[in-house]
Amino acid sequence: MITVYILCLVLFLVGLYCVVRKRNLIKIIIGIGIMEYAVNFFFILTGYRTEGRSPIFASDQAIKNMVDPLPQAVVSTAIVIGLAFMLLLVGIAIKIYEKYGTFDITKINRLKG
Amino acid sequence: MMISKMNLIPFLVIIPLAGAFLIPAFGKRIKILGEIVSTIATLSMFVLSVFLAFSISIKKVLIYNVGGWPGPFGISMVVDGLSVFMLITVNLIAFLVAVFSIDYIKRYTDTWKFYTLFILMVSGMNGVLIAGDLFNLYVFLEVAAIAAYSLVAFGTKGEELEASFKYAVMGAVGSGFILLGIALLYNYTSTLNMADMASVITAKGTLKIIPFVSVLFLMGFGLKGAIVPFHAWLPDAHTSAPTPISAMLSGVLIKVLGIYSLLRIFFNVLGVSDTILAIFMFLGVISILIGVILAVGQWDFKRLLAYHSISQIGYIMLGVGLGTPIGIFGGLFHLFNHSIFKSLLFLNSGAVDYSIGTRDLKDMGGLSEKMPVTAGTNLIASMSIAGIPPLNGFFSKLIIIIACFQANRAGYAFWAVVGSLLTLASFMKVQRYAFSGPLNKKWQNAKEVPAAMSAAMVILAIICVIGGLLAMPAFASFIRSAAEVLSRGKEYADFITGAMK
Repeated sequence: MITVYILCLVLFLVGLYCVVRKRNLIKIIIGIGIMEYAVNFFFILTGYRTEGRSPIFASDQAIKNMVDPLPQAVVSTAIVIGLAFMLLLVGIAIKIYEKYGTFDITKINRLKG
Repeated sequence: MMISKMNLIPFLVIIPLAGAFLIPAFGKRIKILGEIVSTIATLSMFVLSVFLAFSISIKKVLIYNVGGWPGPFGISMVVDGLSVFMLITVNLIAFLVAVFSIDYIKRYTDTWKFYTLFILMVSGMNGVLIAGDLFNLYVFLEVAAIAAYSLVAFGTKGEELEASFKYAVMGAVGSGFILLGIALLYNYTSTLNMADMASVITAKGTLKIIPFVSVLFLMGFGLKGAIVPFHAWLPDAHTSAPTPISAMLSGVLIKVLGIYSLLRIFFNVLGVSDTILAIFMFLGVISILIGVILAVGQWDFKRLLAYHSISQIGYIMLGVGLGTPIGIFGGLFHLFNHSIFKSLLFLNSGAVDYSIGTRDLKDMGGLSEKMPVTAGTNLIASMSIAGIPPLNGFFSKLIIIIACFQANRAGYAFWAVVGSLLTLASFMKVQRYAFSGPLNKKWQNAKEVPAAMSAAMVILAIICVIGGLLAMPAFASFIRSAAEVLSRGKEYADFITGAMK
C-alpha cells in the first residue's frame, strides 16, 4: 500500500516539475493535468479500505468492509472543475499562439513583471 | 420567523447563478439585459447581507442545511459575524462596480459575456463566504477563480492573454496544494465540516500532520491572496483586466479567496499557534515593504495601484497576525477600508482611461480642471490609503500600530509606519503628475465621465470619509462581531456545532 502512496507523491512532483521547469505552454498545461490527477488519485486512495467493496446496501449481501464513498463523490466534482479549467487554459494558449506565433514562454514577454 | 431568515442564506448564491444563466440565454437579443440583471442582483444581495447582519447581531450564527440533512453529515451553509462582514464588503463593492461598468464596458464587444463572468465571480465569492465545509469552500473558490482568469483575458490582447495564463497557472498550483491539504485533513479527521473538523482535531491532539497541512494551506491561499513571496501574478493580472474587474480583483477577490479562507481555516479549524502568528506577521511586514518599494517606481497608474494592493494586504496580515483582539479588529477594519479606497482608486484610473485613453502618469497632467469629480474622489482615496486623518485609512492603520505596541512588537510598528510614509510619497506622485499642475495641451477636449460612473466614485468617496466612524464605540459592533469569531479561535467550533443541533 505504501508503494502506491509514494508513486502518488512522485506523480505530483513530476507534475510540479513540469509546471515550473518547462518552457512550452502545452507542456505546462500537461503538467497541471498531471498534478491534478495525482491529487485526485491521492484523495481516492484515502477512502480505500483493504478488501473493501462498494458501499451499496443490498438485502442478500452481508457487509463486511466498505470503501469510503465520500472521497469518490468529492473527486468526481474535482475532475469536473479540472476539466473546465483545462479547457480555459487550452483556449488561452491557442489565443496566445495566434497573437505571438509561438508556444515558448521565454518569447512571450511583452509584460514587464 | 427564525426559519425564514435561515432560508435566505442560499439566495446569496442562487441569485447570481440565476443571473449568470439568464444573461447568456437572452443577452444576445436584449442588449441591456446584462446591465439590468447584474445591477439588480448585486443590489439585492447587498440588501440581503445587511439584513443578515441585523439578524446576526441577535442570534450570532445562522445555519442552513442543504436538503434538510443536518450537519456534520449534510452540507451546511453558515453565516456568522465574519461571513456577514465580508458579505457586506463584497456585495457593496460588486454593486458599485456593476454601476460603474454600465458606461465603461461599452468600449468592448459582447458585453453580455462580461456580465455573465462578473456575476459568476460574485456568486463564487459569496459561496466561499457562506460555505460551512472545506470542500464547498474549494468548489466556490474555483468558480470565482476560473471566472477571474477569463475576465483578466477579456480584452484578448497579447498582454492580457499572457497575464491571464500566468495567473491561471499559478492559481492552479495553489488549488493543487489546497486540495492536497483538504485530502490530508479528511484522511485524518474523517469529516469535511469545518466545525466538526475543529472538534476532532482538538480531541485527537496535534500530530505531525498539522504543520504539514498548515504549510500546504499557507502556500495555496497565499498564492490566491498574493502575499509576498507568492505575489508575482498580481501586478500583471490587475493591470491587464478591464478596470472594473481590477477593482473587484484588488478590492475583494484576493481578500475572499486568500485572506478570508486563510484566516477561517487557521483560526477556526486548525487553531493558531505562536509560530503561525509569527509567520503571518513576518509575511505581513515583508509584503508591506516589498509591495510599496516596487510601487514607488511605477509609471503605469494601474500597475502602481496593483503593487499597493500587495502592500496593503501586508497590513491586514500584520494586524491579524498579532493575535490580540485589538490587532484582529484593526486588521479586519483595514480589510474593509482597503476594499473601499482601492476599488475607488482603480475606478479613478478607469475613469481617466475612459476619458483620455492612457494609463501613463507621465502623459497626464492637470486633469483636475477637466475632470473635477475624478480628481476630487482620487484626492480623498489617495489621502485615505496614505493614512491622513480623518479618513478611514488613518484609523485602521493607527489601530494596527497601537496594537503592535501593545503586543511589544515595536519593530513591526516602525516598518508599518515606514510603509505608510512610502505610500504617501507614491500617491503624492500620482496627484502631482496626473491631476494637479498645468493642463497637458493634448487633453484640451477631455470630458468628465458619465453620471453613473461619477456616482459610483462619489459613493465610495463618501464611505471613505465616514468610514472612520466604524471605529467609534457606537458603530464598532459590526467589526467587533467579526473579530470575535477569529479571536475565539477553536472554541468557536463548539458554538457552531451547538447551533447545528
